[in-house]
Amino acid sequence: MRLQLALKDALVGAVVAALLFVPLVALRTDVGSTGALTLRYRWTDAAILIGLVFIGRLALVLWMGRDGLRPSTSAGPWTLRLQRLGKLAAPAFLAVALVLPAIPGIDRYWLDLGILVLTYVMLGWGLNIVVGLAGLLDLGYVAFYAVGAYSYALLAQYFGLSFWVCLPLAGVLAAFWGILLGFPVLRLRGDYLAIVTLAFGEIIRVVLLNWVSLTGGPNGISGIPRPSFFGLPFSMAGGEGTFAGFFGLEPSSTHRVIFLYYLILALALLTNWVTIRLRRQPLGRAWEALREDEIACRALGINVTVTKLTAFALGAMFGGFAGAFFATRQAFISPESFTFIESAIILAIVVLGGLGSQIGVAIAALALIGGTEIFRDLQEWRMLVFGGAMVVIMVLRPRGLVGTRTPSIALGKRRAIDGKLVGEGHG
Amino acid sequence: MAYALQQLINGISLGMIYGLIAVGYTMVYGIIGMINFAHGDVFMIGAFLSLIAVLLLSMGGVMGGPAGIILVLLLSVVITGVYGWAIERIAYRPLRGSFRLAPLISAIGLSIVLQNFVQVSQGARVKPMETLVPGGIEVMREEGFVVQFAYTQMMIIGVTLAVLAVFTILVTRTPLGRAMRACEQDRKMASLLGIDTDKTISLTFVIGAALASVAGTMYLLRYGVIDFYIGFLAGVKAFTAAVLGGIGSLPGAVLGGLLIGLIETFWSAYFSVQYKDVAAFSILVLTLIFLPTGLLGRQEVEKV
Repeated sequence: MRLQLALKDALVGAVVAALLFVPLVALRTDVGSTGALTLRYRWTDAAILIGLVFIGRLALVLWMGRDGLRPSTSAGPWTLRLQRLGKLAAPAFLAVALVLPAIPGIDRYWLDLGILVLTYVMLGWGLNIVVGLAGLLDLGYVAFYAVGAYSYALLAQYFGLSFWVCLPLAGVLAAFWGILLGFPVLRLRGDYLAIVTLAFGEIIRVVLLNWVSLTGGPNGISGIPRPSFFGLPFSMAGGEGTFAGFFGLEPSSTHRVIFLYYLILALALLTNWVTIRLRRQPLGRAWEALREDEIACRALGINVTVTKLTAFALGAMFGGFAGAFFATRQAFISPESFTFIESAIILAIVVLGGLGSQIGVAIAALALIGGTEIFRDLQEWRMLVFGGAMVVIMVLRPRGLVGTRTPSIALGKRRAIDGKLVGEGHG
Repeated sequence: MAYALQQLINGISLGMIYGLIAVGYTMVYGIIGMINFAHGDVFMIGAFLSLIAVLLLSMGGVMGGPAGIILVLLLSVVITGVYGWAIERIAYRPLRGSFRLAPLISAIGLSIVLQNFVQVSQGARVKPMETLVPGGIEVMREEGFVVQFAYTQMMIIGVTLAVLAVFTILVTRTPLGRAMRACEQDRKMASLLGIDTDKTISLTFVIGAALASVAGTMYLLRYGVIDFYIGFLAGVKAFTAAVLGGIGSLPGAVLGGLLIGLIETFWSAYFSVQYKDVAAFSILVLTLIFLPTGLLGRQEVEKV
């Protein structure tokens, strides 16, 4: 009986898959040598896909029943274990991150990957202030990343300021933009807020792309100065005033990479530290109250305007720091690095990690960025897998990997709050 | 004068395309209260399916004349409709009743999937197609500037109006339309009264996808160049149209689409082409700030 049902279900699935895949996969349009479009047939590819859908659906129905996979928000055994592990995992992660450059066998590639992952961890933690704590859905976070990167690049180019002067300036400018963009959207909530912030992000990108006289347009800005070790430049020459010369080391190109690695680690930890500290202060508590219920928040006399703007400003500031770091690391920036997809990736990290959970965000960044980076050879399949992972994780665990959270303050014993009982995202 | 008239014609035909996509946004928003972020990509899929249908039909030698175009429209509508159904079934239905961010994230993920699926299966290069319906009629001539009303533009306006007429009848006069409106007002009550809400929501997605695919076909026939990325911008602009018209309002979506099309065309013609997207996005921001209910929308009252 069950097999019959499963077979019927799988057959329906296969028919739908055939309708979906036959035109777009089996019939490939190519631009021919004459410039006209021609069709190329790829029946086997489509047949494989349809077969996979059939087998997949059959197995799913046989295994889990017709309703198959249901989203789960409750703290399953897995989450609880993770939670318990979290106490150990956070220091363990930190320890690994701290000694990573010293581990034998870690070469340039792994350090670069570490820098990339840490950049996203930092961006995730920055956005976590806005989305996870204050509950303001921001789809244009990359705008602040761009503001930070361009601030440093332009200040260095036009005024010759050094990285260490520009880093705070980039943060301040990004925070300023955060307030500027946050001010008009104070009245908006949820989806509307998401779309408006998306529009802001795109406006900034389009302006960067077209203001050629200032930003170089699509060509971007190149030759951005590299950071120095508190005034000591990294140089292969290894003279008196350089990093290698000062410490009496053999000049090596990895010195700078290791320095950059620790720089972003420090910046990310700063973000984390500020967030954790602020959560215990009235401001952080006001953010969380705002996330849970804006109307109740107003009724309690919390100044919603200030609460929202500080969240935007602080989130943007950390985005700006990350942007300045990105500019100095790449030495080249162009508007192409600041597309909507970056915002989506950062938001995905925050949501998949579990809103408001610091360790969850770090794990999600490691899994998503590290995971897809390792599959770099798959080229264009990478983003397909990425998007698919976003959908699957959301469907299975809408609350993210760490779906429960411990209250910031509690009387007596701290208990984990089940994901079902909290209703953020209205903000 | 002649120049402005030409822009008016261009703007209206572009606006009709936005309007068709916007109807899909507004319907889905009305019924389940979420932004279907992947809707722009459904439009893109519709355009690709039309391109494939055109190529298939011209190989079979039946492409030509209005019959061929109607066949292309039908093929594209049916298969895009299946895409709409599958999208709702896979990414949104399991998350119904979940917290608000979940469907939005899943929709963004799905939008990435659809874009990259088409990129992988059809290639990243732009697909230029020869115009099927060349020419047009000359409306007026002034100091050497010829105002042309292209046949494709007439077709866009005609087809859009016809499709919208059918759609309006569907929503206002049929049992399905009644069920849709009931779900929009109160889903729980509707299901208590014996309406299969799951089916109604599925069909809403199918209809929205079908309208987007008509827009995709029209876009392909008018502009002739498509790639896997056209859905994003078109989607955001159509969403802007839906918001401008008042989200949840069907006539509003079409009106918003027309306004966005006109504003974009006139902005490009008289100010700068590079900043035309900024114009559209700014309208979105300004509308949401100063006129959150849109032109024809209802005031929403929030109960505590």
